Amino acid sequence: MFDAEALIIALTVFVLAIFIGYEVITKVPPTLHTPLMSGSNAISGIVIVGALLVAGKSNGVTGQILGSIAVGLAMINVVGGFMVTDRMLKMFRRSGDK
Amino acid sequence: MSTETILHINVTNLAYIAASVLFILGLKRLGSPATARNGNRLSSIAMLVAVLATITGNDITSWEWILGGILIGSIIGAISARKIAMTEMPQLVAIFNGFGGAASGVIATGELIRLIDSGSIIPQDVSITIMASVIVGGITLTGSFIAYGKLQGLVPTRPLLLPIRNVINIALLIAMFIATVWLVIEPSTTAFFVAGGIALALGILIVIPIGGADMPVVIALLNSYSGIAGAATGFVLGNNMLIIAGSLVGASGLILTRIMTKAMNRSLANVMLGGFGVEDGSNGSDQEEVRPVTSIQADDAATMLAYAQSVIFVPGYGLAVAQAQHQVRELSDLLKEKGISVKYAIHPVAGRMPGHMNVLLAEANVPYDELKDLDEINNEFQRTDVAVVIGANDVTNPAARTDSASPIYGMPILNVDQAQSVIMMKRSMSSGFAGVQNELFFLDKTQMLFGDAKDSVEKITAEVKDL
Repeated sequence: MFDAEALIIALTVFVLAIFIGYEVITKVPPTLHTPLMSGSNAISGIVIVGALLVAGKSNGVTGQILGSIAVGLAMINVVGGFMVTDRMLKMFRRSGDK
Repeated sequence: MSTETILHINVTNLAYIAASVLFILGLKRLGSPATARNGNRLSSIAMLVAVLATITGNDITSWEWILGGILIGSIIGAISARKIAMTEMPQLVAIFNGFGGAASGVIATGELIRLIDSGSIIPQDVSITIMASVIVGGITLTGSFIAYGKLQGLVPTRPLLLPIRNVINIALLIAMFIATVWLVIEPSTTAFFVAGGIALALGILIVIPIGGADMPVVIALLNSYSGIAGAATGFVLGNNMLIIAGSLVGASGLILTRIMTKAMNRSLANVMLGGFGVEDGSNGSDQEEVRPVTSIQADDAATMLAYAQSVIFVPGYGLAVAQAQHQVRELSDLLKEKGISVKYAIHPVAGRMPGHMNVLLAEANVPYDELKDLDEINNEFQRTDVAVVIGANDVTNPAARTDSASPIYGMPILNVDQAQSVIMMKRSMSSGFAGVQNELFFLDKTQMLFGDAKDSVEKITAEVKDL
């Protein structure tokens, strides 16, 4: 059993998204590369969506526990990533700004 | 399917599209320091939309565990984001990468167990993506923890080379492939855990042979993996938004990896095979060390700076180690008051992660428009009176331009040697990460100022004030 169509659609989205990412991110200046890394780290916390689905839809306790552990791990990325990025970006200022 | 269910699914999917667009816009606004903070907020709103859509669009039955996960994760994330020192940002990003990989791996495990428990036949495309997710997630998890250990000094930063490591790695890869095929043919948790265990081992083996100064490349690559792991999770669950967000992160990490390897004039393969910076003592460095250098004290350095018209600071990892960024800013303020032009030259691989120096200097209130990239600043050195190198080494070595026998030949460097005079702040005469002597030390125009960078800069500042 193999759902080729679903896989192809997913692959199409994947390839196109990589291209968009490439175009958008090459324009980020070197001075912002550290916030870019921590910010994209936070975005990779999007797996929380998968974690919620696994935790919320599992009937067995094992699935619920595993899902919730993943929720916790992803949440560290999301909250920590966005907060630390904001903390850094707050510090960037141009000459003359106070 | 009832009308209500269809409506539910559509609203959820529309929210996912909105979130995807917000993520892209958020990253786009990171294109300029003026809009970056706003961009980060957009991304966080996107995350909130995605989470709310998931919660409302699905019948989530068991809340106790989930709420526990959300609460504990948020607290840990918030505390680490607030407490971390800017010098330790590479460690934070490394360990967060690891958590991201771990989350993907754990989700894949949970999903497989759920599917096996439900007793239905697992489609092959699902089992393949489950394996992809756990493999990338596993490698990201342990690789990131080793990178964290190296950055934090818990694991030796020098490259650790196992004698037959390539044979071991290839054997493990083959074993992992067999386990994957096994799982696809006949889903079982055994095959899954074998492959997962190998992925965890590979993560360690891949990062352990890589030296400390190559960590910017490793972190950028693992950053990319954590995104790819997220996208793989999207494949497992058939969720396009996960695929899009994961790909964006994957692309970002890959671009940074390329920028870093280019700035070191090395290929990714060369970095990943490791071993760079192992001293073999074959190029007669013992003789070179007896060559004379000129060394000066803080008061001489202060005089040089105070009577210059233009000064360029060249910060490196040593500045981060000494935490001297605030002192450097104080000195540069003082020089600017005297009408001296002050700029900062930032090499792409200065520090332990991409853009590390920029964040440290931003923390010390240095305006970002005073920080210049390699291309922007390199022609200015010849018109500059004094270049002050603080804890940078290999990225200033003129041998990269002139000596084709040097291991760093061809690497783009800052042309510090073209300045009228150079003050080199260093703790000792030791060579840089590449294990090569820096030709810059032995030039007539170079003055060595030995000691802790923070200490030296403080003394110079005091002397300049007295002049």
